Amino acid sequence: MNNRVKTLTETALLISGVNPKKCMKCGKCSGTCPSYDKMEYHPHQFVSMVEKGQIEKLMNSASIYYCLSCMACVERCPRGVEPGKLVEAVRLMKIRQQDANHKNGNDIARIADENVPQQLLMAAMRKYRK
Amino acid sequence: MIYSYYPGCTLKDRAKQLDLNARTALKAMGIELKELDAWQCCGAVYPQTSDEIASRLSAVRALSDAENGKLITLCSACHHVIKRTNYDWLKDENFRTKATNYLKPEVPYDGSTQVIHVLELIRDEIGFENLKKMVVNPLTGRKIGAFYGCMVLRPGKTLAFDDPENPTIIEQFIEALGATAVTYPYRNECCGAYVALEDKSAAETQVDRALNSAVKAGCEELITACPLCLYNLVHNATANKLPVKYFTELLAEALGVKEGE
Repeated sequence: MNNRVKTLTETALLISGVNPKKCMKCGKCSGTCPSYDKMEYHPHQFVSMVEKGQIEKLMNSASIYYCLSCMACVERCPRGVEPGKLVEAVRLMKIRQQDANHKNGNDIARIADENVPQQLLMAAMRKYRK
Repeated sequence: MIYSYYPGCTLKDRAKQLDLNARTALKAMGIELKELDAWQCCGAVYPQTSDEIASRLSAVRALSDAENGKLITLCSACHHVIKRTNYDWLKDENFRTKATNYLKPEVPYDGSTQVIHVLELIRDEIGFENLKKMVVNPLTGRKIGAFYGCMVLRPGKTLAFDDPENPTIIEQFIEALGATAVTYPYRNECCGAYVALEDKSAAETQVDRALNSAVKAGCEELITACPLCLYNLVHNATANKLPVKYFTELLAEALGVKEGE
């Protein structure tokens, strides 16, 4: 692992609090994930890719914007790995970079229809931009 | 009884019916909701990494402002964010220290506030048996399904709302109002949430799956506590459609105090 890969991996582990070594690769997280079909990297792959230090690949994948934070994988993981927290950590590591917002306020306002609840606008602002 | 109450942004606008009917119905049951002064938006989503401090401060302020050790919530998202932040406050010293240093409160929050959803308030402080006795317009013959969604149930350990995989609280509520509660498999799955903005088709898949499951089981209408679930269920359904209301509208209707449409 070079230094950059090492730093990224340590950051993901530190801020998520997840220990990928606990994973027994049962695939239950991916089996229960509502966004499975939309993701390039599925929840169980997230866990093993973080363990291997492949953080940049994940940071540059659209998969990080498909996690619904529905907590299904967190609730149903028999080993308490909580893959959803890793997705959130990697997504934050991406959008915290300069000019790396996935969507900004104007983008969100443009897509929103007149029925959209404030809750949705606020959630999108928190998930897609910094 | 008077309880401190955190309504949240959506309940002041798109989800007024959720708020107004809760206030009126609870008043009819002898409970007054006293809105917190100067509450701020909860942020709608709970920040899951330990280094997100600022995005949890509004929840700490609300917890700290609650009177008599209890804070009533109604929107699923607000409940989720505030309850989980309260859990963090008790378990995570780093968060507690940083948040306190930032807020510099005259009296630091002591972590003792209980976050209680209106459904929990009805179950635990009033009781479904007592609710049954207060019903003046029983909703006899109506087949109603509960759409729980995610935010009130998971993670079960922190939310401690009901069994996260086989919840019954809303079904008991429906039965107490005289209607028939219909259970169906997808009632505790995600509605598509904010990904509706990222990719509408993702939300449509989720909603169609849930509504198909509800219709198959015999639901004729659905109730929810979440404005985002309601939005997705109503506006992102492409196949089966069902009328969706807030649970407080149903409550007010059964108690004979329903606010205007």
